[in-house]
Amino acid sequence: MIKIVFFAALREQLDCAELSLADDKAKTVDDIKQLLSDKSEPWQKTFANTSLLCAVNHDMVDGSHLVKSGDEVAFFPPVTGG
Amino acid sequence: MLNQYVDPEISIQANDFSLADEVALLEKENLTDGAVVTFTGRVRNRNNGNSVTTLTLEHYPGMTEKSLAKIILQAKERWDIGRVKVIHRIGELSIGDQIVFVGVTSEHRQDAFAANEFIMDYLKVKAPFWKKEKINNAGQSSENWLAAKTTDTDKADLWS
Repeated sequence: MIKIVFFAALREQLDCAELSLADDKAKTVDDIKQLLSDKSEPWQKTFANTSLLCAVNHDMVDGSHLVKSGDEVAFFPPVTGG
Repeated sequence: MLNQYVDPEISIQANDFSLADEVALLEKENLTDGAVVTFTGRVRNRNNGNSVTTLTLEHYPGMTEKSLAKIILQAKERWDIGRVKVIHRIGELSIGDQIVFVGVTSEHRQDAFAANEFIMDYLKVKAPFWKKEKINNAGQSSENWLAAKTTDTDKADLWS
């Protein structure tokens, strides 16, 4: 399984903090984004935002990054700490 | 299962911190460093023309510590610095509350000044924290997530 987590405004828009995906459903981060976009219109609208960031296993990655079983994939808006 | 990072140089905490205590720790049994540079960030009462009542900080546990550790390592590679401490608070904060602390020591002041500013600039654009503010505008209360500022990205880019 691949664990997918959402943070901040993204989590609130989707009303979802976490979900899991079967390993064979996606090869890359972009595949996951596509699958999530296909869920429903609100998800599609949210993932149409090009400023969203993605981290796999706590490291920032881009859409072509390969995912594998056991990975934790996170989606979140640009950061605003400090 | 992802590794959880325990690092004495980094603390993500709900509790407040004492500037005096942190300076004392940076200086304790440290007789080689003549410079101690600290930065403290606090909650302002106004933002984008609105009166702020509270600020809530969310973060991504695990990734936060990992990204801060990477930033501290980059600072150590770039400047000749001694001790480093980064504290970031999470949860609900009020106006005037301390949010963030960065302390750096070095033999001479230039390295500590530069490294401190670098760590703050990178923290702003790389560490996974998000602020939600509660504002009061003409008696109307509302909540919104802060948008990232391009000025912060531009400032961080100056170091590369």
